Amino acid sequence: MLLIPCPFCGPRPELEFRYGGQAHIARPENPAALSDGEWAEFLYLRDNVRGVHAERWRHIHGCARFFNMLRDTTTDRILTTYKTGEPRPEAV
Amino acid sequence: MPDSLTTTFGTTPAAAGPAREPFRTTAGGRIDRARPLAFRFDGKTYAGVQGDTLASALLANGVHLVGRSFKYHRPRGIMTAGSDEPNALVTVSRDAARTTPNLRATQVELYDGLAAISQNRFPSLAFDVGAINDRISSLLPAGFYYKTFMWPRGFWDRVYEPLIRSAAGLGRVPTAPDPDRYLQRHAHCDVLVIGAGPAGLAAALAAADAGARVILCDEQAEMGGSLLADRQSTIAGRPASAWVAEALAELAGHERVTLLPRTTAFGYYPHNHLGLVERATDHLAAPSTEVPRERLWQVRAREVVLAAGALERPLTFPENDRPGIMLADAAHTYVARYGVLPGRRAVVAAANDSGYRAALALAEEGVEIAAIADLRRAPSGAWLDAARKAGLPVQTGMTVTGTSGSLRVDGVSLASVEDGGEVGATRDVGCDLLLMAGGWTPSVHLFSQSLGKLRFDEALQAYVPGIAAQPIRAAGGADGEYGLEEALSGGQRAGVEAAAAAGVSGASPRVFVTVSPPADTSSVLGALPHPTASRGRDPSRVRAFVDFQNDSTAKDLKLAVREGFRSVEHAKRYTTTGMATDQGKTSNMPMLGVLSQAQGKTIPEVGFTTFRPPFTPTTFGIFAGAARGELFDPARRTPIHPWAAAHGAVFEDVGLWKRARYFPQRHRNGAAEDMDAAVARECLAVRQGVGIFDATTLGKIEVVGPDAAEFMNRMYINPWAKLGVGRCRYGVMLREDGFVLDDGVVGRIAPDRFHVTTTTGGAASVLNMMEDYLQTEWADLQVWLTSVTEQWAVIAVQGPRARDVLAPLVDGIDLSAGALPHMALAEGRICGVPTRLFRVSFTGELGFEVNVPAGYGRQVWEAIHESGQPYGITPYGTETMHVLRAEKGFIIVGQETDGTATPDDVGLGWAIGKAKPDFVGKRSLTRSGMMDPGRKQLAGLVSADGQTVLEEGAQLVGDARMNVPMSVLGHVTSSYYSAVLGHPIALAMLAGGRSRHGETLYVPMPRGLAGSIAPIAVKVVPPVFYDPEGTRLDV
Ligand SMILES: [Zn+2]
Repeated sequence: MLLIPCPFCGPRPELEFRYGGQAHIARPENPAALSDGEWAEFLYLRDNVRGVHAERWRHIHGCARFFNMLRDTTTDRILTTYKTGEPRPEAV
Repeated sequence: MPDSLTTTFGTTPAAAGPAREPFRTTAGGRIDRARPLAFRFDGKTYAGVQGDTLASALLANGVHLVGRSFKYHRPRGIMTAGSDEPNALVTVSRDAARTTPNLRATQVELYDGLAAISQNRFPSLAFDVGAINDRISSLLPAGFYYKTFMWPRGFWDRVYEPLIRSAAGLGRVPTAPDPDRYLQRHAHCDVLVIGAGPAGLAAALAAADAGARVILCDEQAEMGGSLLADRQSTIAGRPASAWVAEALAELAGHERVTLLPRTTAFGYYPHNHLGLVERATDHLAAPSTEVPRERLWQVRAREVVLAAGALERPLTFPENDRPGIMLADAAHTYVARYGVLPGRRAVVAAANDSGYRAALALAEEGVEIAAIADLRRAPSGAWLDAARKAGLPVQTGMTVTGTSGSLRVDGVSLASVEDGGEVGATRDVGCDLLLMAGGWTPSVHLFSQSLGKLRFDEALQAYVPGIAAQPIRAAGGADGEYGLEEALSGGQRAGVEAAAAAGVSGASPRVFVTVSPPADTSSVLGALPHPTASRGRDPSRVRAFVDFQNDSTAKDLKLAVREGFRSVEHAKRYTTTGMATDQGKTSNMPMLGVLSQAQGKTIPEVGFTTFRPPFTPTTFGIFAGAARGELFDPARRTPIHPWAAAHGAVFEDVGLWKRARYFPQRHRNGAAEDMDAAVARECLAVRQGVGIFDATTLGKIEVVGPDAAEFMNRMYINPWAKLGVGRCRYGVMLREDGFVLDDGVVGRIAPDRFHVTTTTGGAASVLNMMEDYLQTEWADLQVWLTSVTEQWAVIAVQGPRARDVLAPLVDGIDLSAGALPHMALAEGRICGVPTRLFRVSFTGELGFEVNVPAGYGRQVWEAIHESGQPYGITPYGTETMHVLRAEKGFIIVGQETDGTATPDDVGLGWAIGKAKPDFVGKRSLTRSGMMDPGRKQLAGLVSADGQTVLEEGAQLVGDARMNVPMSVLGHVTSSYYSAVLGHPIALAMLAGGRSRHGETLYVPMPRGLAGSIAPIAVKVVPPVFYDPEGTRLDV
């Protein structure tokens, strides 16, 4: 079980969290302007990263906040967590 | 299989006086000869003593044959003295429910009255019908299942698999529920030390000295590891066993140290989270019910020291699997620790000094050493000198070419290996014990589980921990430090470093002055040399076992390589080597050795397989813990639940909720109504009078803030800006992919406040999705979301007399049609308590939903029920609710929809706010596939015979001839008998359903003879069956 450092609450066991998929995929400002292909890409296409992955988590059984996390998918090492809306930090 | 479990447990006292153990030494070891125990194995009573394992006690009685092998049913004996045992798997029973199969006899602690049986044999160990597999073994090569049971396809499920499963297999699980208790604990520590041998003890002492919180666990009953059988060494001038006692006493005195004997670290998970299982009562003759059988410790350790030791390697030579063939270190342990002689006349095949140590210990107790066959060409050292001095017959440069004996080894064929590698003349030596000392394999399983990289050490011919992926360090045998001094200093260093890494330091390191005979610990890998020309043997029958538990041989591995399974992962799976319950503890390195020889590659080139949890098999009980029966899942009950229970409701589970499904009435003769009768009665009561229904489980979310209407506009397909305060609207929510996620009535309480309802099952996911968009996409919106599901009790009062029932109870609310029209809401009081009273209907009748604070729910329910008595008010359940809504063609999300339905598919296109530029899912609705007129659409069905109630989930086809295969046009989603209409009705999702009204279709159903199909004719109709004009609402 991961030990996840919630940016608002500190380290908490993974059981308290819910995974939220890849981070930094903004909903298009004007979906109507997108072609079917572009919209499908937004809906369905996600990276399958081997290595450092930016992903969303929600501390659903804690502060209930969404936040982002850099995690190495090969080792589960958590590089950092940061607040929603902040840019992805340089991989440390 | 008549395994005669009943004859092997029970209350018969075993005091009949079993014969004393013929192979027990008179003194020495860590057993208590003054405390005799009686036990039974396969129904026969034997004597043992306190401190024995089942294995040591059996050996004390001369019993080596303890099991039959998995595939060939070959007789097998006890090979090891620990958790690496591949052969001696037994079933231990206290009673029919407390029966545990597949336990390693080498780990089962003896208690008085213990009853064990062997496995995988019929009718008995000595005569086993399945042994025919051994005679036909040339027909059962590697990959046999894959090659043989290919065709015909249908035979796999019906014939082959059941046959294979009944013939193969290990122990049998009990069928009665497990009556024991299992507990789960969470623990945190600075340093977790796994293994309490010399390295582990030194590590724990060092970390404790530094002031760290330490947990020290060991899978054995007694801590001390190899020191418990070490008669030669001294530490700090004290005998090894005395030093162990002092070290443990010192650790026990540390406030911050937890000692966990009988505790196996079985799993290593991310972020230094480890699973430990503590066996609390399995060793007791009469366990107290106060104590759980086992505890799962979930430990979060800042640092881990892996001091799990090393495992001795068997040698790979023909017929290396007979009972009486044992690892040298195991034999040494049985003599030195358990005071048991594993034989009278021993041959030792040794690749290093472990064989000499065992031979000398056996000889000291009077065992005849018939030969020490040393695989080394020119060995030297203290152990060799000691053996020569003791007059033991040592031959160097030797190999083992075969063994003889049926139920026990009775001879060994030895041969010299010439300089050129040719095998010389074979000499047969009689014996009843053959020891194998093939070298050492560090126990790196947990390091591997932690995703650390292993490194092949050429000098050790073994994999040792390399680069760690988590805060773990190895010490002692697990790190390839086999000598006592090395292990102690390695453990000490690991303990200091681990404590420092955990942020605790300051202890002065200890120095352990040890005296221990130096030992050569070299290892061999691969099959031993044996003659290429068979000497009177049928070469197809010569088998050198690599994986004893899964019965895979060197020949199987070579065959796999020849057939192209070159990757170690493929060869392993094809031959199942290393995939048995022992996780390849004794077989992994021998497998790599044979593959290396067969492929002409070095060991690192062959590659390595990953070890996975559990280290040794664990019970399911520890994972279930207290989460069994009633506690498996929490049950959610509404405040009205006790009333419903008292009025005979039959409940159903909806998510975690218990919902009243129907309220069967008692007939005069005492029998209860069946569901169909109860539902028909409840339906008619609502249509003709009034019914009362507990809708408390509906999800409820309060959406509040200056931007609440804008937020609702973006989340729901409906327009909300113009919804007036005091008005309601049926809302539909999509996922971003355009498919219906949830629905529910939303009321506007104030300009900035919406009372949103969701489906019972969808409440949590709807709130999660709302929070997701609010927090991550539209953080600028001033909106706050609060789940109020548990805060409101909801009482639906439905039917033509609903207003009459409520009118006397409300205060400050005008229920008249003019003041409170359909889809309006009012705040006020009912029975003196505050209410949000919605005029809404999921039945098609005049209806109200009374929301009151949950604590008043039952009181208000009872008041309404009382007020409704003059009108015959009838409580109804979810089944009736389903029928009433289906008569009106109202969908249920998750029943009509399945995650692929758009609003238009289920007839809800009207709800879309056409003027809205955007909402969640809108863009997806204009993708071409979403507008295909052939999509499945909601339709109604009536059976042509006016009688048949269709099966939900049944398929719809257009062709009455029932020619297989048929094109499927859709499926039945809801189907009921409608009491008010007097015939069955159904809803369906049907391709182009809205353009098929009037068509006749068919539902193919199995009928008559097995495999034959008969059609049920149905007519497609609009999905609203009752009061399509909706006039009944406006009363
Ligand atoms: Zn938090």
